[in-house]
Order: sequence, then C-alpha cells, then structure tokens
Amino acid sequence: MWLDRLWQGVIDTFLMVGVSSLIALMLGIPLAVILVTSGKGGIFEAPTINKVLGAFVNIFRSVPFLILMVALIPFTRLIVGTTYGVWAAVVPLTIAATPFFARIAEVSLREVDHGLIEAAQAMGCRRWHIVWHVLLPEALPGIVGGFTITIVTMINSSAMAGAIGAGGLGDIAYRYGYQRFDTQVMLTVIVLLVVLVAAIQLGGDRLALRLNKR
Amino acid sequence: MSASAQRVLAPGGDALHAAVQAELHPQKQHAHVRFINLGKVYEGPQGQVPALQGIDLDIQRGEVFGIIGRSGAGKSSLIRTINRLEKPSTGRVLIDQVDIGDFNEDTLVALRRRIGMIFQHFNLMSAKTVWQNVELPLKVAGVPKEQRQRKVAELLELVGLEGKHKAYPAQLSGGQKQRVGIARALVHDPAILLCDEATSALDPETTQSILGLLREINQRLSLTIILITHEMAVIREICDRVVVLEKGEVVEQGPVWQVFGNPQHEVSKTLLAPLQHALPEDVQARLQSHPSEYHASVVLDLQFTGSEPDLSALFSVFGGQVSLLHGGVERIQGRALGHLLLAISHSPLSVEELLIRARKHAQQAEVVGYVA
Repeated sequence: MWLDRLWQGVIDTFLMVGVSSLIALMLGIPLAVILVTSGKGGIFEAPTINKVLGAFVNIFRSVPFLILMVALIPFTRLIVGTTYGVWAAVVPLTIAATPFFARIAEVSLREVDHGLIEAAQAMGCRRWHIVWHVLLPEALPGIVGGFTITIVTMINSSAMAGAIGAGGLGDIAYRYGYQRFDTQVMLTVIVLLVVLVAAIQLGGDRLALRLNKR
Repeated sequence: MSASAQRVLAPGGDALHAAVQAELHPQKQHAHVRFINLGKVYEGPQGQVPALQGIDLDIQRGEVFGIIGRSGAGKSSLIRTINRLEKPSTGRVLIDQVDIGDFNEDTLVALRRRIGMIFQHFNLMSAKTVWQNVELPLKVAGVPKEQRQRKVAELLELVGLEGKHKAYPAQLSGGQKQRVGIARALVHDPAILLCDEATSALDPETTQSILGLLREINQRLSLTIILITHEMAVIREICDRVVVLEKGEVVEQGPVWQVFGNPQHEVSKTLLAPLQHALPEDVQARLQSHPSEYHASVVLDLQFTGSEPDLSALFSVFGGQVSLLHGGVERIQGRALGHLLLAISHSPLSVEELLIRARKHAQQAEVVGYVA
C-alpha cells in the first residue's frame, strides 16, 4: 500500500527533476554561450546585452528556492493553470535551474583556452563555427559535470516543492515521515534519495571523464 | 565579396593581375606582403601603450622571412596584422597589393583560408582527434567529404603522421602536435604560412626536425613563410631575410648572413650574443681590461664575413707568438661566417698597429682584453 505511494513518489520526482533539468539544459547552454561571447573581447561583443542578462541571472540565483516558488505562484498558474502537483512544480524548478546551470556552463566555456579561439579564427572559422566546433566541444566535459550538479540540486529543490504540494519523494517524507512520525517511510525516502543522487553523480562523473580527452 | 578580395583569393585572377602589373612596371617586383607605416596602439589601464610604430616592410613571394626581437618588442602584434587577428591602429597591410584594412567577416574568412598559421602552444582542439583537427578548416569551409578525406590524408602523410589519425592531441609529443598544427595550417593550400614562435616550446632536436619540415614545405609548395621567434638559432637555420624589432620599431633588417655576420644595432648584438663564441672560462677569469704586466698577451676577437680566413697570412702579420683560444667557421645561407679569438704575445707591434693589420684580413677586429 505505502509501497505504491512510494513508487508514485519516485516517478513524480523523476518527472519534476527530469523535465525541469531538460528545459534548463536547452535554455541554459544558449544563455551561457551568450553570456560568454557577448562579454568584453568576446566574439559577439555586446556589453549591454551582457549586462542585462548577467543581472537577470544574478537576481534569480540570489532568491532562495522556497521564496522563488511562492513568489512565482501567479506566474505558474498562468502557465500550467494550477499551482498544485508535478507540473506546477516544474515551472519554478526550471526557472531556478536555468540560471544556476547557465552560470556553471559559463565557467566551463570561459575556461576554453583563448589560443584555440585564435587558431579557429586564423583557419577561417566564422563566429558561430567557433561556438559550435570549438567552444562547446572543448567545454563539454565541464558542462556535463555542471549538469550533474544541476540535477542533484534539482532533486534537493524538488523535495522542497513536494512539501508545499507538488508530490514526489519530498511530499511523502513530509506528510508521512514528518507529520505522522512514520520513521520507516522517512528512512526509506532518505535511502532512495541517497541512492538516486549517488547514481546520478556517478553516471555524470563517468560521462565527463569519458568525454575529457585532455 | 568585394572585387579586391576576389583578387587576393582567386589564384587565377591573382596571377593575371600580377602579370598585368609586371608589364606595367617591369622594374618592380611586387611584395607578397607589404606593411606601410603600420602602427598599433593598445588601450591600457594607464592610457595608450604603443606596440608598433612606423613599420615599413616588404616580404617577397616564396621567401622565409624572420622577425626577431625581445619579448614585448611587438613581434606577435606585427605577425597578427597579416591575417587580421590584430587590427592595426594606423597604416596599411597589403597582401598581393590588396589593402586588407576594410575587409568584412566574409572577405576576412576567405583571406584567412589563404593564410595558414601555427602557434607556440600548438592550439589544437583537445576534444578532436588528429584527423578531426586537420579536417576542421575544410569542414567549416563546406568542402565535400571525399575531397576532405583526400586532403587530410595527403597532409598527414606530408608531415609524417600517417599512423596517428585516431590519436588525441594529449597523446602526442610536442613535435607531433606541431606537425598536426602544420598539417592543419596547410590544408587550404595557403600562399602564406605564419609561424608564431612555432618551435619555442620544443626541445632542440625536435626544433631541428620541425625547421627541416618548414624548409621542405617552403621549397616544395613555394610557400611564403613569415616567422617570429626570440631564438636566433631558428633564424640562422631557415630564414632568408630577417628584421630586428625593438619597442615596436624596425631597428635592423637584411639578409640573414649580413645581419648575423655584422650586427649593427645594440639589440641585435645582444640577441646574437648566445651564438657568439665565448671565451674559454679560464681565460675569461684571467682577463683584464688593461695590460698590467710587461709580458701580457693581448686577446683579439676577429670576425670574417663571406670568406674563410687565410690563417698563414693572418698569423704572419702579427709578428709575435699567436695562440688560438677559440675559433670556428659556420655557414649561413652558403656564406662563411668565421670567428677567431687569438692571444698575441711578444709582438713588437703596438695594440693599435695589431688592430690595423688585423682589419686588413678580417671584417671586424677588436681588443677583448689582456691576460698575464
């Protein structure tokens, strides 16, 4: 009986984290590329865009997730039509994860040796060739590592979302473990979360290592 | 693409244009690369920093042209104005007589495909194999796959890396990495190859093999090679002509044998010093600037440019005991450069007279000092 609920919790967590991290991946990488290339001396130098985007990212990064989630309730209702359940949690999770991941990816992109960009220019690459053939492949191991951290952080945040009605493992731990003092449920959820995080971290590290040819 | 860019890029049009020009001005041979009053100023935190000023240079088609100077002399900035990795602040750069100053991204990309470049730290893509690195310039230019494969295979063979197609740069030695760099730089059949301290990160033996390869491709592909280095030995090994840069200005230029045989500027002399034959250490220790004893012998430094020294004639003019401390003859571009360090004692002649006589045989003679 409670095993079914637990199983539903695992699926909900996977859904919330999976969907929001995937969207964060698709939005975060272009965002990181723009942040890096529009900066001073970048290949698409555009200081105003750089400053505005940078400020936006910083604002969303500095608001604690719990507060962000509450503050975004009207926006969430606008997007998914409800403020309750898995899909409602996806909105604040994505909005928190995208700038978080973009900053980590930005660091990896910035670490690409300037000599490689120069070599690419010297061989007759256009600017978007440099992004596609140099910046992204060279930064890939770091981006994979950063994405792993993002997923783990999202699992953490999804538990918080669970506590205010999003479902998932956090919801189960809160309602059954905390409010009803069911230690068995609480421990099971903790073990599940530890296994989940460890598996994701291990997988991410392996992949990053395999991609790293340096 | 502008008409002027077309002229640089299309080999046929280029040749035609050159032919027309040769007919119009038969007395002039056109420089492959020409700098006209070139200047570069950087905006630093403490105001403007001049990196280059008043550079006027002609580099001929097919020559190996060396640019040497101390670090910070402006070598890097100068070589980068040729493919516009660096935009000059004043003056012009002409390639095949076309001013590249107003090129836009399209024409610049096309120009850069006609100019290869190799780097001190190789700058290979670490996430790409040797094959993919060499293929990249062709791929971004939209060259069809079969043609790419033919070209990459051909170049990897030229640089002697046939067996390394699938290796990643991290698995290669420094010399092998530079060979990949050279293959990548040549993959578009450029007319000019720029070498930015290409051997400075390599050990002497590997340097020799890379220089040999550069010499070979210079002759086989009649490529104009422009290289910057702080290593005089590199210039001596492969360059035809050399300029010495100091504080962003040209202080000396000429054929290598001339500049090396008889450097005029202080900076050239300093840079050349490691190549000069030094005094043996024990003599150096005993050397004094003035004759202290009656029987002191005078140490003369003689240099010969262009022909081997005639020893019997030389020794007989001094009229005393002549001992050889150090000496040698090397050949640069087929010309002999000789250098002798002699200690002369028991000569009835004055030091001034010795120098006058020495200068009849040697291009340069000076007193190094006296030893007891």
